[in-house]
Order: sequence, then structure tokens, then C-alpha cells
Amino acid sequence: MNIRSLLAVIVFIIVVLVAVPVLIAKSGRWDFYYTLTSVALLSIASAGVWFTFYIGRINIGQGAYALAGGYVSAVLVMKADMNFWLTLPLAGIFCAVLSVFIGMPILRLRGVYFAMVTLILTEVMRLAALALPVTNGAKGITSIPLPGAVSIGGVTLLPDFNTLENPKLAFYLVSATLMIICYGVLWRIVNSRLGHLCRSLQQNEELAASIGVNISWLRVLAYSISSFFGGIAGAMFIAVSQSIYPSSFQVADSVNFMLNCFLGGLGYVFGPMLGTLVLYFGWDLLFSTGKYQLLIYSSMIILLILLLPNGILSLGLFNRKIKADKHRDQEGQ
Amino acid sequence: MEQILANGLYLGAQYALIALGLTLIFSLMNVLNFAHGQMYVFGGFVTYTVVVQFGLPFIVGLIASAVTLAIIGALIEQYLFRPVIRKSQREESTMLLAAGIAFFLDAVILLLFGEKQRGVPKIVDGVFNWDFRIIMPYDRILICGLAIALIASFILFMQYSKAGRAMRALAQDRVAAQLMGVDVNRYSMLGFALGAMLAGVVGGLLVTITGINLGMGGPTSIKAFLMIMIGGAGVISGAIAGGFILGMMESVGLTALSAYGDITYLVIFASLMVFLAIRPQGLMGKPWG
Repeated sequence: MNIRSLLAVIVFIIVVLVAVPVLIAKSGRWDFYYTLTSVALLSIASAGVWFTFYIGRINIGQGAYALAGGYVSAVLVMKADMNFWLTLPLAGIFCAVLSVFIGMPILRLRGVYFAMVTLILTEVMRLAALALPVTNGAKGITSIPLPGAVSIGGVTLLPDFNTLENPKLAFYLVSATLMIICYGVLWRIVNSRLGHLCRSLQQNEELAASIGVNISWLRVLAYSISSFFGGIAGAMFIAVSQSIYPSSFQVADSVNFMLNCFLGGLGYVFGPMLGTLVLYFGWDLLFSTGKYQLLIYSSMIILLILLLPNGILSLGLFNRKIKADKHRDQEGQ
Repeated sequence: MEQILANGLYLGAQYALIALGLTLIFSLMNVLNFAHGQMYVFGGFVTYTVVVQFGLPFIVGLIASAVTLAIIGALIEQYLFRPVIRKSQREESTMLLAAGIAFFLDAVILLLFGEKQRGVPKIVDGVFNWDFRIIMPYDRILICGLAIALIASFILFMQYSKAGRAMRALAQDRVAAQLMGVDVNRYSMLGFALGAMLAGVVGGLLVTITGINLGMGGPTSIKAFLMIMIGGAGVISGAIAGGFILGMMESVGLTALSAYGDITYLVIFASLMVFLAIRPQGLMGKPWG
């Protein structure tokens, strides 16, 4: 990591954690907190989708894990009376373990087959949430209490959200921090040995296997990491909205997670974050157009993909290396 | 027992017709058409408009559905998929485009036809009753017969007509087909139009029985995906087999598992996972799609 990118990261963190709240306080648009919290959480789930793409699989099933994570957290908070902050990692771990069992058979599939089966998975998770006794069926679980306090050795790390005068701001800060941590972890993974191995899977699985990469283990590992992201995003989302229904995350959400990644650009770790921001804000801003909202939104997606089929970040404003690569490719042909 | 089998056959014929369109588009262009369910809903609404609002006979509505959807499909292929496939570095971009089109069609359906559940009055009255072993309304039998006739004519078309042969060649190997003088662009467009048309026709057929509403698009796409997972993507016989198998499983499941609540699709999916672990390419698919 060189000085310039380190500087960029520090600027980004300051903007997200300091500048945005100050600007919102100045402008008085308190509703932006909810929007931005959603963007942060959805971009964590999208990061998971992005990482599955990194091993060459198109994952349209992230909604399933977000729903599962949300239910795990909600049930543990309501029935077992646990602290929410403890259920957050548990939800992630539950999803990771679940994805190992689901992933082992389906990760043998490739391309469109894998995409289809993960899409079906979202619908199945919704049906499971409807059918299982612990999830309270279609009525869902409502009025989940706000997260409690966390203290280690007498030092309060996070206050009880009930005592805060502005829980929206607190949720925003927590979600944004969570997003920064997740993307940091993702960036670290991608630039580690594990990341290089994953890239080899994306390019050619047989070749990777033939030089001794344990591809089946690696696939399951990558898939469970991505599901972990989905699980904690779902759990956090449920804490913000304080309720969960089987329809909280459905097929359209899974498709949206995928759209976020594609639109941001699949070649870039921070692509899904940008894609989520653009898509979610675009959807929100179009709210005033009433019944034409979906029409304008979908037309914009179609136009974007027509004009920029390789994602927003492929514009090359952000990365000169891409242009160099392209140039090299053209010379090679 | 006979009743369950008859229901399964009836469902399977509808499902097979939906899966045929999806698998045709997939085999020709390697595009997973997310908008297939929406095309089905659109077809249903066109039939409803022609039959109920204009008061024309049912068969006119069906033809109107077929023609409308064929035109929509051809336009989508010509102006959306073709440029994106040409420009994109990754073929997955078409998936994004298909998802965008699914949202777009949803929006168009909402604006044109509204969000109410719509239906067409029964085309034939009366109920077929064989000694209380099979009870089935005549209109269902008629729809089932029409669906099977359509499947048969589709197979004949693909097998013996010049266009059908060209499309099969395209599905086997795009470059080789082009070298043999097949007009790739023309037949891609024709194939997409045909796939969309099939979705529209099923919509038109089923609007007489189950009715149609805006929310049916997504679940229909998912069912169609299930079918081509079972049968193997891009293979016509596989789509038909998948459709009938899913129809049977649904029919049997709804009866046998009704005591345990609404878990038929959970069971179907669990068995699909086991099946895919043994045979990832489906019943008749090519390995690795």
C-alpha cells in the first residue's frame, strides 16, 4: 500500500464518519441517515457477492443469507434475550456454516447454472422462513429492542441505543464503520495469497487444480466468507429496522446485490460500494416521480449497461492501469 | 392417484412450454433471460385486453399475445442484447441487462395494465368426470391439449424447417454455423422472438384459468429456472422433461405433503441439491453448460 492510496483511505474515512454527519446536521435532512445506513449495509452484502464473483461464480443468492442472518439475530435477541452485538458475529458465522453445506454441492456448478441455483436459493429461504415454527411465519418478528450496551472491563465501547437521543446517527456511524472494516478485510484478502489463489480460480479452474491448488476447499472458503458478509449485513439491517418478515430480503434484493457489483465494476474491490451508492440513491431520488419511478430507474440501468457494459469504474478516471492493460491487449491482438 | 397424475400432466405441459422459450434463448445466445416471467405476464395481459376489453374471440387474443411478444423479443435482441454482447468484456453483463429488462417490463405492465388481478371468462363450460377418479374442467383439458400441440409443433419446427435447423446449428457452435453461411444475427433475433413468443402464448393460455397479476413474473422465472436446471440448460428435450418433472413433483407434493404445511418447494429444492451433487449438468445438459 503506497502513501497515495493510504491518504485516499484516510480521506474517505474522514468524509464518511465526520463530514457526512456534519453536512447532514447543517442541511437538516435527517432522512439521509436512513438512506446512507442502508447503502452501507447493502454494500456489505454486495461485497460478498463481489467476492463470489472473484472465484468466477455469479451469486444471485445473497438475499438468502441476509435473510438467514437477520432471522438468527432476531430470534437470538427475542427468544434467548442475547445482546445484539453478540448476535451479529453469530449471525455471520451461522450463515458461513450454512453456506458450507449449501455450497459443497452447488459450487461444482459453473456459469449460468450456479447463477440460477443461487437465485432459487433466495426463494427457498423465503419459503423456509414462512414454514419454520421459530420464525413466526408471515407475521414476522416485530418490535425487536434496540441494541444494548457493550463494555469490556468497565470501559463502555458502545452505549445502550435506548439511552441515545439520536439513534439514527449512531446506527449510521456503526454501519459505516462496519462497512469500512468489511471492505478493509476484503481488500486485504484480495491482495493476499488467498486472493491470488481465488483469481487463479476465476481464470481457469482446471489449470489451477493441475498446479496443486485445492480448488474445492478454496471455493467453499470463498463462498462462506461471502455469506458471512451477507449474514452480518442482514443482522445489522434488522437491528436498524427493528422488524423482520420473510419478505425482508427477496429475489429482487438478491438481483439488486448483483446489479450493484456489476454496475460498480467487477474488477475493483470498491466497485460494489459505488454501485450500491449510485443505485440506492438513484432509486431514492426518483421517489418524487411517483408511479414512473420503476420505469425511469430500469431505463437508467439499461442505458448504463448499454453505454458502460464494464461498470462505472471502467471509465478509467480512477485507474490508469486499466488503460495501460487495454492498450497492451490491443497491441497483442 | 389418477387425479394427481392428471394434474401433474396438466401443470407439466404449461411448465414445459415456459421452459422451452427460456432454454431456446439460452442455447442460442448464452443469455439467461430474467425477464421471461415478465414476458409471460405481459402475454397474459395482452390476451385479457383483447378478449375482455375489446370483446374479441379468445383465439384472436392468443394470436395478439404471440405477435406482441415476438415483436418485443425481436426489438430487445436487436437493440439491447446485440450491442451489449458485442461491447462487453464479460458475457455476464447480459445478465445485468436481462435483470434491467425484467424491471423495465414490470414497470411497463404496471403502467399499461395496472396491478389488479385479471382473468378471462371460461372459454368452455362443464367438467369432465370419470367415475370421480379424475375430475377436470373441460377448459383445463383444452388448454393442456393446446399446450401439448404447441410443444409438438415447436419440436417439428426445430427439427425440420430451415430456420429450426439453422438455430440448432447456432446452438451447437456459433462460429461453425457462421462459416457454413448461417446468418447469425438474423437467426439470433428470430430465436429470441420465438422464445418471447412462447412465454407470451403460455401467459395467454393460463389467463383463462389462473388469471394474471403483476406479481407472477418473478416466481414464474424461478420455476422456469428450476425446470431447466433439472433438464439441463440449452437442451430442448431437457426443457420438456424438466417441465413435466416439475409439474408432477408439484402435483404429488401438494397432495402428499399437505399435512406438513406449504413445504413442497422446500422439498423440491432439497432434492434438486442432491440431484445436482450427483449430476451437475442436469438430465440431458452438456457438462458445464
